[in-house]
Amino acid sequence: MPSTPLVQFASVEKRFGSGPAVLQGIDLTVAAGEFVSLIGPSGCGKSTMLRLIAGLTPVSSGKLSISEQPPGSAAPELGFVFQEPTLLPWLTVAKNVEVPLILRGFGSEERARRRERALAQVRLAEKSKAYPQQLSGGQKMRVSVARALALQPEILLLDEPFGALDEMTRDHLNEELLSIRQQQAWTAFFVTHSVAEAVFLSNRIVVLAAGPGRIHSIVEVPFAYPRTADTRQSDDFHHLVVRVSRALRSVDPTATSAP
Amino acid sequence: MKRLWLPLLTGFVVLALAYAVRWQIDVHAPSQKFMLPKPHEVAIAAYQHRGELIPATLSTARGAVLGFAGSVVVSVGLAVLLAASAGLRASLFPYLMALQMTPIIVVAPILLIWIGPGLTSVAIITFLISFFPLVVNTTQGLISTDRNLVDLFRMCRATRWQEMAFLRLPAALPYFFTGLRISAILAPIGAVVGDFFAGNSAGGVGGLGFMTVIYSANLDTAALFATAGICCLLGFALAGLVHLLAWAALRRWHESFATRER
Repeated sequence: MPSTPLVQFASVEKRFGSGPAVLQGIDLTVAAGEFVSLIGPSGCGKSTMLRLIAGLTPVSSGKLSISEQPPGSAAPELGFVFQEPTLLPWLTVAKNVEVPLILRGFGSEERARRRERALAQVRLAEKSKAYPQQLSGGQKMRVSVARALALQPEILLLDEPFGALDEMTRDHLNEELLSIRQQQAWTAFFVTHSVAEAVFLSNRIVVLAAGPGRIHSIVEVPFAYPRTADTRQSDDFHHLVVRVSRALRSVDPTATSAP
Repeated sequence: MKRLWLPLLTGFVVLALAYAVRWQIDVHAPSQKFMLPKPHEVAIAAYQHRGELIPATLSTARGAVLGFAGSVVVSVGLAVLLAASAGLRASLFPYLMALQMTPIIVVAPILLIWIGPGLTSVAIITFLISFFPLVVNTTQGLISTDRNLVDLFRMCRATRWQEMAFLRLPAALPYFFTGLRISAILAPIGAVVGDFFAGNSAGGVGGLGFMTVIYSANLDTAALFATAGICCLLGFALAGLVHLLAWAALRRWHESFATRER
């Protein structure tokens, strides 16, 4: 990628307290507009990488910079989508989407504008007055995505967002995620356990090994965007899934062969 | 209709049992009749003593509500403080527990010496008895907030105040109401025990606890049962109010009020 780096890991190491290294020797440069998936066995530090970028936990050694700033500083706007919907159950869908905007001090008109746009993007505009407990699992996850999008982030961090959903819903949400990205270009870091999902979404897949977490290999995904459900049917797609699965199996012998 | 007949039946059975037990006493130990009044005798006693029981009830209710309200305000404030630091919790909790562990019959005379009998003493005793479950539950609620939500707030650079007001406090509401329900039942007990010791009869009537002293001196069991009944009614009134508040605050979003349709 010729453009300037947006996120840069330089020999980053992370340990919690005096424990063993969770991540070691991480070197990774991601340019604006990339969609990067992080895949690897449990405990390889995938989620920790997201938390480092989000500035929720500091690096132990090495350097991590975001737009040439340390993480957690004001520079680029970040959106975070958690494994679970993580909504405030006492607020309506509309209010939930507005939470980050309220905390950031946006005025009510701007909040309403952004909220409507975000809910329209995830096709949940008609549910804005509902409470989370009235929604299905997939709908709750959509609200969670809308909440992250409402900030109009430059970087979107997604920590296995659709892992708990059934495969059909997940495929569908992935297609939606890409179509949203066509209109609103953010850089994505996407943690997943599903090889097929990683191949479908990303232009680069970072395969991590565990104990300590380190980068095993980086796989480029050549398919052009926009990608659609048909992309999954092509032979090239399947070849790549097999290739990434092999890489994954070599770092995690316990992994099953299913993508 | 289906929801009504079972409580009615239980009520009828309980009443029938009371008469049956009393009938056994009538037959086997007629001299002990005064020990257990018949239910309708209790109702009659309540009516006959209405002149003193109504003001006594109001007086106790005032003490109960005052002490209860005080315990809510103090508990929430204290819980917010305790939630701020684990060290503070560890160092303050023993004292809170000690306060709850000290029997009221020991505390009451001290209060009497300090501030004398009257509404203030009754309210303080009520407060002492009802604040502990509220502090414990509310604190637990405030420190049980979803980690991810706290992270989300931190990422949005929320201030500590915003985190408390928009996240921790609302998330603690179900815990708070659990404490409130226990306290609502304890508060009238506290008030009655309170005016048993500190009820002021100088200006006329004392509270229900004070009436208990008089009725027991007269061996007036019917009036004592009537007083017991009124104490329960006070408890039910306060508990009902709390349930209503909980319903209003939680029905839209909390599992405990969810209707199982989906």
